[in-house]
This record gives sequence, C-alpha cells and structure tokens, in this order.
Amino acid sequence: MTAIEMQPPRLSVGPFAWLRKNLFSTWYNAALTLAVLWLLYALLRPAIQWTLTEARWGVIEANLTLFMIGQYPRDQLWRIWLAIYMLSGMIGLSWGVWREAARGFAFIALGAGIAFALIGLLLNSDVWINWLIADAILLALYAFGRILPGRGASIASLGWLLYFPLVLLLIAGTRLIPWLSSVPSRLWGGLLLTLMLTIVGNFGALPLGILLALGRRSKLPIVRYFSVGYIELIRGVPLVTILFMANLLVPFFLPVDVQPPDTVIRVMIGFILFEAAYQAENVRGGLQSINRGQYEAAQALGLSGALTMIFIILPQALRAVIPALFNSFISLFKDTSLAAIVGLFELLRIGRAVLAQSEWLGTHREVFLFLFIVYWGFSMAFTYGSRRLEEALGVGKR
Amino acid sequence: MIEADKNQEIIICRDVHKWFDSFHALKGIDLTVEKGEVIVIFGPSGSGKSTFIRCINRLEEHQKGQIVVDGVELTNDVRNIEAIRSEVGMVFQQFNLFPHLTVLQNIMLAPSWVRRTPKEQAHESAMQLLKRVGIPEQANKYPGQLSGGQQQRVAIARALAMQPKIMLFDEPTSALDPEMIKEVLDVMIQLAKTGMTMLVVTHEMGFARAVANRMYFFDEGQIVESGTPNEIFQSPKEERTKLFLSQILSH
Repeated sequence: MTAIEMQPPRLSVGPFAWLRKNLFSTWYNAALTLAVLWLLYALLRPAIQWTLTEARWGVIEANLTLFMIGQYPRDQLWRIWLAIYMLSGMIGLSWGVWREAARGFAFIALGAGIAFALIGLLLNSDVWINWLIADAILLALYAFGRILPGRGASIASLGWLLYFPLVLLLIAGTRLIPWLSSVPSRLWGGLLLTLMLTIVGNFGALPLGILLALGRRSKLPIVRYFSVGYIELIRGVPLVTILFMANLLVPFFLPVDVQPPDTVIRVMIGFILFEAAYQAENVRGGLQSINRGQYEAAQALGLSGALTMIFIILPQALRAVIPALFNSFISLFKDTSLAAIVGLFELLRIGRAVLAQSEWLGTHREVFLFLFIVYWGFSMAFTYGSRRLEEALGVGKR
Repeated sequence: MIEADKNQEIIICRDVHKWFDSFHALKGIDLTVEKGEVIVIFGPSGSGKSTFIRCINRLEEHQKGQIVVDGVELTNDVRNIEAIRSEVGMVFQQFNLFPHLTVLQNIMLAPSWVRRTPKEQAHESAMQLLKRVGIPEQANKYPGQLSGGQQQRVAIARALAMQPKIMLFDEPTSALDPEMIKEVLDVMIQLAKTGMTMLVVTHEMGFARAVANRMYFFDEGQIVESGTPNEIFQSPKEERTKLFLSQILSH
C-alpha cells in the first residue's frame, strides 16, 4: 500500500476574501453590513468630531510633566531618567538571558520608547533623545545578555533584586550622599508614584504571599491558623481601610525615638500587606494543582522538604498561576488610585488637581479620557507581557 | 566474611501493619530481602502490595511492627528517613518525572543537591545512565515530549543517579502501551543482572520468570504464598494463588 500524503486544504485568506466571506456573502448580508456601518458612524460622529476639533488637548500638553511625575523637583529629573535607563537595561538584559520569556516585555518597552520619542517630537520637547537612549540601552544590554556565558540568569536575577531598592534610593535620595539630596515623598506624584506603588506593592507581596500560602498548608497548627487568620482578615476588609490603618497605625508600632516612615512608605506597606493575602490565595491555587506524585518522587530521591518546594513544587505552582498573579498585578495597578484618599498625589489625583487650575476649567472630558488611555495602555502592556511569558514557559503544554 | 556479605539481609520486615483510618491495609507482613535479590510482588488490586513497598522508603508510615533497611530502622526521625530515601530508589507507575525540567535536569537534580556532586561529574554520570537506558539523544528534551516508555526509562535513570543500594518498582509497566512494556522490562532485566537488590510490584510474569529470586503473592493485606518462580508457577500451594495466576496468565 502506498502512503497517502496530502496537503491540508487551502483556505482563502486575505482581507478581501475575509470581507467577502463574512460581511458581503449575500445581498441582505451586505445591506446589514452597510446599515451597521452607517449606525456606527452616526453614533460615533459627535465623539470623533469633539476629539479632533473641540477638545482642548492643551490641558494635557501643558501639564504632561505634572501627570508623569507630580511635584518631583524639576532639577532632579535626571534621577527619573536614570531609573528609566536602568529599567530599560534590565529588560534588555533579561531579554538577552531569558529570551522568549522576557521578549514580550522587551517589545513593549521598545515600542513605548519609540512612541514616547515620537510624542516628544510632536510636542517639540527634547525628551525624544532620552527615549531613544533608553531603547539603545535596552538593545545594548540585550546583546550583552546574549553573549553572557552561563551565569547570565543569576546576574539578571541579582540585577532585578537590586533594581527596586536602588531605584527607591535614587528617587527618594538620602542625606548621606551629597549629590543625591532627599526628595520628600510628598513631592512624588503622578504616573511615577502610581507605578512605584504598583511595583513595590506587587513585588513585596509575592514572597510574603508565597510564605502565607505555604503556611496555610503547613502541618503546624499555629502556622496554619496564623496564615488563615491573616488572609481572611485582610480579605475581609476594604483596601481603603487598610490604607487608613497603615497610615495611622504604623507610627504607633514603632518605638518613640524612631522617626516614623513617611506616608508613601506607609501606604506601600499597606499595599504589600493587602496584596499578600490575595497573592497567597493565587499561589495556593497553584500548589493545589500539583500532583501528589511530584512530592513523592522528590521525597523518594531524598530531597528535603525545602529543596522539594524550591525546585519542584513552587516553579510548577507559580507557572500554573501566572494568569492569576498578573490579574492581581493589574488589579493593584488600578487600586493605587485609592492612595489619593490618604493624601498621595498619584495619577488620578493629579488629574483632579489639574482640573482645579483656573485656565483649564471644564476640561474634564479631556483629562479623564487621557487618564483612561494611560491606565488602559499600561494594563494592556502588562497583559501582553504576561501572555508572552506564559507562552514561553509553556503553560498547559508540557 | 565473604559468606556473611553474600547473605547480608538488607531489608527486614517484621509483623508490619498499616491502617488507612479503620481499613487494615497490611496485616502483619514478614519479609526479608538479601543483598542482590530480585523480589517480585504480585496480587489483586487492593491487596496492599503497593502500600507495602511504599512503606520501605516511608512514603507510607507503618503503624506496627518493624522495618529495617540497610541496618537503619525506619522511625519518625526525619534524618533517618532522608538517609534511607537516598539509598533506596523508587520508580512509579505514573513515572512522576518533573515536567518543568529537562531529562538531564531531572536526573542531575538529586545528586547535585542531596549528594553535592560537582556539576560536571553529575552531568557525566547522568549521560552514562541515559546511555544505559538507551536514550542519550533525549537528554535535553522535556518529559512531555517523550513516549511513556522513554519517560519510564528516564525515571529509572533518575533513581539510579543516586547510586541506590535498593530499587523499588511500583507497577512500572502498568501505565504503558503494550509495545513500550518490553523496552522498560529490558532495562529492568539488565539492572537485575548487575546485582541490584530489587523489589518489583508487577504482573509481568515473564519478567518474574526471567530474573526473580523469589515471588510473593499478596492478598487482602497478607502474604498468601511465597516461593521461587518455579514453585509459584509449577506447583502453587494455595487455591487463591492458583486462581489468581490462572486469571492473569489465561490471556
């Protein structure tokens, strides 16, 4: 018998074939398509007209720096740029070392760099140079990461571990270093503060969440009851309450002679404590999904409980719950707007402050549309990056 | 001296009992294995045969009686247990490979972290083991990319990487398609011929005939009958053994 080998049937593709097949296959289908198009046009026309002609976009242009960094001293802008360059560098390095896993985030960073450079050019601002530098650094470190021998992964991990404290130090400054003067946190604001709250909140919460998740499954009753109690307590109260408590109560728990940390740090602690409870439940979901055979195989090889967790269980559990972890990440990103309630000038609050400026009265629509786009854009970027990460780690494939 | 070494008892079980809640799974198992022996344990499902070999590396705890492995009695002392586990390799019905690690990483993990073997050395012996089980070309694949038979051979290599004194096999071929059973049994027969002490729960009677020193028939948590393969196949004493053998050998 001869083997039968056939090509899969060819399907017609291309935009015109698609249009013909889906929108204009029969006369009434075509009529429906045209009717819907007309309806869309009629409905959206006022919105489009407003966007292009009536809207006073000047409010965004004039306050762009305020939206981005709040009251951060303008003569200290180089620190922000340095933080962005370091971020670009770390993303590039991760891309070079981990390839597909970090590629999504690298593409986003590159795309954002180019987009912001173009916007800078359009607005006649010279920030476009800075954004191109950021992209150049990203590509340079990507190349460096690719040729880095063996130890690349440890270097990149260490880099990320150092990145967050370093950036916090860079932005906050310290009295100890003359050229890095302190910038009081009440001056931090805008997108800068929003992103800092998001990133510190999430990355601080993940290790704590993992510990709580393990604690909840512990055989030791005290550890288990503490974990369950903590998670249920935090999940049972609104975030706003926790932010108030963090702001008001943290100073009480410190010795009298210790200067209490300022509001931003307190709010960050509040976010970490809050997010940890949710991340703990996400991680627990992952732990539940691991087959008992994995524990047994590790035990049978003589691996201790800690080694089993680190090398066998957690990598699989975390990989399984990447969607849930990023879901919480994005959720917290938007929840940072609640920090306004305890007096922080994050992005949304800056928007309200801008609206209070006398020359821009009545520009609500412009400002909120802009904020909408910023929040949405970042959420999409996180989603895209996480989906790429998921694909690269092969969730559901192996 | 040589005589004593030859007859060294490496596993001693005395009156081993095990309950799952109120279900009495093992009802007084007495069994002794000498170094280099190949033991085949068979019996109907639910007879306690898997539970029994899982007690030997303490994946299950026995609640009464005594198990001594390589001179160490199994108790709740964690260090004892981990020491025993690194001397006793186990192969599972469902392979239980680590899906997020490559074949090579699966094999190298325990030697590197439990035995603290240097990386180059661990790598070299892992490759040797893969050659021994016949799949060196799969070293950098993930378990999900291999066939069942290949996965089980990796699992055997992974257990051997710890240079165990005893190997436990818990129905190693039951989850395999028929055409893959042979490739796994061949590896096990080879291993038996190198003098490894093996306890094998299986219904592969061909394997038992080829290499087993003794066979144990388990039913309802007890050893019903034991003997050499010849005794068991030619002249089983117990009715239950006869019935069971006729059922599994009839097709």
